[in-house]
Amino acid sequence: MCGIVGLFAKKEFISSNLGLHLSKMLESMSDRGPDSAGLAIYGKPIAKKTKIMVQSQSPETDFQKLKKFLSSKKSLPFNLIIHSTHAVIKLHINNKDLVTDLINNTFPNLRILSVGKKMEIYKEVGKPVEVVKRFSINKMKGSHGIGHTRMATESAVTTLGAHPFSTGEDQCLVHNGSLSNHNSLRRELIRKDMTFETENDSEVAASFISCRMNDGQTLKEALESALLELDGFFTFVVGTENGFGVLRDPIACKPAVLAETSDYVAFGSEYRALTSLPNIEKAKVWEPEPATVYFWGH
Amino acid sequence: MHILDFEKLSLRDINRTLQDANKHSSFSIKNPKGSHALAVGINKKMDVNVVGSVGYYCAGMNKFSNIKIEGSAGPGLGENMMSGIVHVTGDVSQYAGASGHGGNIIIDGNASSRCGISMKGIDIIVKGNVGHMSAFMAQKGSLVVFGNAGHALGDSIYEANIYVAGEVASLGTDCVEKKMTKKHQNDLRKILTNANIAINNLDSFKRFGSARSLYNFKVDNAK
Repeated sequence: MCGIVGLFAKKEFISSNLGLHLSKMLESMSDRGPDSAGLAIYGKPIAKKTKIMVQSQSPETDFQKLKKFLSSKKSLPFNLIIHSTHAVIKLHINNKDLVTDLINNTFPNLRILSVGKKMEIYKEVGKPVEVVKRFSINKMKGSHGIGHTRMATESAVTTLGAHPFSTGEDQCLVHNGSLSNHNSLRRELIRKDMTFETENDSEVAASFISCRMNDGQTLKEALESALLELDGFFTFVVGTENGFGVLRDPIACKPAVLAETSDYVAFGSEYRALTSLPNIEKAKVWEPEPATVYFWGH
Repeated sequence: MHILDFEKLSLRDINRTLQDANKHSSFSIKNPKGSHALAVGINKKMDVNVVGSVGYYCAGMNKFSNIKIEGSAGPGLGENMMSGIVHVTGDVSQYAGASGHGGNIIIDGNASSRCGISMKGIDIIVKGNVGHMSAFMAQKGSLVVFGNAGHALGDSIYEANIYVAGEVASLGTDCVEKKMTKKHQNDLRKILTNANIAINNLDSFKRFGSARSLYNFKVDNAK
């Protein structure tokens, strides 16, 4: 099954409560996936800064070591904020590659979940209500965000197997469905220098889209390529720096509902996910068409 | 008219009340907020009015009762219905009326994919459009579409009649356009009259059905 939610704010009063809305939406989808849950929130960028999200199984010791290590590098000013098993490292955009390499080489227990100017990813094993509480998602603000609750089919229930998957800066993907050609696609993507953290099919979809965008395709073109190359069932919601896109496979078994008002655009695997939103009774509500790319951007 | 409110009662309480109610009762259900499996398994003549949108499998296995949804419905509306009427004022999701044996489903808006899949005698009327693979493997009954039909309409259809007033994106395997005879015009008029839909001119409706070429084993298909 799996449950997906997404919210794109058109007005300030939605973006200032984005985390709260997304939390309620995701919790309402709990029966669709009890294994793990995650969200990507796109907040305000800070000039010339970027954010690296890292995750650890033993955050108490690992994050202190990381802080000490980065502080010892005098030329690398940074700011590290711990949220439970995750930490957000804010630093100058020019130091991004250096710091990601340092983390990968020096801290094998730390996993980099995402890099981006706006995006922060929070994901863990457990029900949506636990994950949302662990990271205080309900207090977060942002222009848009997507969330996922997972019923695992293709790979193990782990933090890294939870959605969203990020395979490019400020890019992430959540998936409801299953892909049957992910192993062969993964091999092709590895040949194109894409790297993988899991055996998960959805990570392959995320990587496929990032790879196509690295090659110069727009998000719309990359999603259209996905229709030709990905074999299997999918409803995707893809987050980018500016907004989110939606795509369903041509058979469209995996459910999807969209709602739009003058204040927001919302996505839910079911209508239930949308009922907590303001003025939903007056929203235009519809099902996205199969094999059709939708996108809303700021 | 009894009022059953989701703000005060659980889904199980509401369904049990409906299933245990006396013949000819009438109910108004408030605040469903997309709840699943509402008003399933009713087997008496009664009126149920739902104010708001419902989730999966609403009015499944319905027998005799008249259920109106003032809103939209999720996947599997009126699945395996035997008789009675289910009327939705908004849109419905996938496989509405799947394997229905009898009765009527009336949808004022659009229905998405696989509407009337494996229908076995039910009459389904959609005032808007239907999605792809509607009336897939349909066996008996009628699917009436005032708007357009998506791809692969009537794929692998056995019998059943499909009437479409708008455009058909494509026909499925073994589904063909058939002549709209006087008899079929009368049949269609009867279905619409039964559903209290007044329409004078049926000229825009085309009829589709089975070419019956999949009925028998053909050695050519085995090669």
